[in-house]
Amino acid sequence: MTLINYIVTSLLGFIKGLGNSGIFLFQSLFRLPVRPKEAMRLYVRQVYSVGVMSLIIIVVSGAFIGMVLALQGFSILTSYGSETAVGQLLALTLLRELAPVVTGLLFAGRAGSALTAEIGLMKTTEQLSSYEMMGIDPLRRVIAPRLLAGITCMPILSIIFAAVGIWAGMLVSVEWLGVYSGSFWGSMQQAVQFDRDVINGLIKALVFAVAVVWIAVYQGYECQPTSEGIGRATTRTVVLSSLAILALDFLLTAAMFGDF
Amino acid sequence: MEVYIEVNNLSFYRGERAIYEDVTLQIPKGKITAVMGPSGVGKTTLLRLIGGQVLPDAGTVIVDGVNIGEASRRQLFEARRKMGMLFQSGALFSDMSVFENVALPLREFTPFDATMIRDIVLMKLQSVGLRGAADLMPSELSGGMARRAALARAIALDPDLVMYDEPFAGQDPISKGVLVDLIKQLNSAANITSVLVSHDVEESLSIADHVCLLSGGKVILAGTPEEVRASTDERVVQFLQGQSDGPVPFHYPAMSYQEQLLERE
Repeated sequence: MTLINYIVTSLLGFIKGLGNSGIFLFQSLFRLPVRPKEAMRLYVRQVYSVGVMSLIIIVVSGAFIGMVLALQGFSILTSYGSETAVGQLLALTLLRELAPVVTGLLFAGRAGSALTAEIGLMKTTEQLSSYEMMGIDPLRRVIAPRLLAGITCMPILSIIFAAVGIWAGMLVSVEWLGVYSGSFWGSMQQAVQFDRDVINGLIKALVFAVAVVWIAVYQGYECQPTSEGIGRATTRTVVLSSLAILALDFLLTAAMFGDF
Repeated sequence: MEVYIEVNNLSFYRGERAIYEDVTLQIPKGKITAVMGPSGVGKTTLLRLIGGQVLPDAGTVIVDGVNIGEASRRQLFEARRKMGMLFQSGALFSDMSVFENVALPLREFTPFDATMIRDIVLMKLQSVGLRGAADLMPSELSGGMARRAALARAIALDPDLVMYDEPFAGQDPISKGVLVDLIKQLNSAANITSVLVSHDVEESLSIADHVCLLSGGKVILAGTPEEVRASTDERVVQFLQGQSDGPVPFHYPAMSYQEQLLERE
């Protein structure tokens, strides 16, 4: 009985949380600050904070993943005598899967956790209450710019990740392992379709971006206003975002590429 | 007496614990009302109920004719624009300088140009003695300075109602004196309704026109400072004289001290 109680209570709590966070997302997305100049200033500031500041980790990770892919791909493809297809392998793997997924995971760790901690600390130090008492809606002033900045930045970061990965993979396979550059780029050009691979990869990145930023700002806004509460909320952001990205990736991949 | 805030049969619970049970009180317009009582009695909660940050479980809170519990989000934000609140921690926005903190409500809700806003901000900062600290960030201020900067922000729009949550805590004697004068001046010059939550008996009674003493989730006395001073109610006397023994327990409810010390697993 206790177990059933626990399961039902947890399930109801989950559904309630999902409903609350859905209302929260809806209310935030359509509430940018009233003055356009101020809205732009807040948005640009957040683009710098969540987007530009995430560039280093995205570029470095993209480069190493591209290099590792090229090495692994070359060693396997060589045994079939088709090492020239390494360009195709690199591009498809990065564009379809690794760029959006790894960017999402890194973005959740770097920007998502920072967003949760920042908003949580604003709550703890009564800054959110202060906005409310001033008659300024914190959803408008604090949450909306962060949501929109995160949602617009992550797909761009994903494109940068894929571009850097392909470039780094090219350096390893063409400059180091001696794959003919014409074959490398030719096989890539032949295999990659703009709508099927590039656009679908971007759609994935956009969906992951919504999930990560939504989870991050909601966890910050709803956290217990204590140092322990902020710590828990930050951990929850990273865990839930990572799980959401992996689950959504499976669903999106099945929908986009499941027509065998 | 014209009433600005009317609290009728208010009940408010935190979990199982009743903070207020069937409380009725009135806050007069244009006067300074001091809300006093022991720690944990719910003084800050009362300010949050007036501001609509928490809603009553029963009863009504009516501020300037607006029933806060039934107001829509939009009505609530409109009502709050006529209120200024000084938080206990100051709650300055940590990503803005002192100047920007005070300028924010002016930029949001007035059509004034940058020069006008600058002048108003400097005037407000001058009144709290922080004009020279306009360019400092909140992290560079002491606790007392942060509270004064927050007060300048709370009065930036010349609100009809200002709520002060422990304004004297952590202030040095000079700042305390300046704050007492400032609250008094604000009230008389601009006919502001002030609600002052404080433990500082002498400072509060010296400037208040009306006092509400809370204890055990009830209003135990509402009247003028003279009436409070003349009261023979044991709870009032205990609070005013700071006695540990009396009807208001100092200790949180617990089992017998002796029994607990002798208790073994």
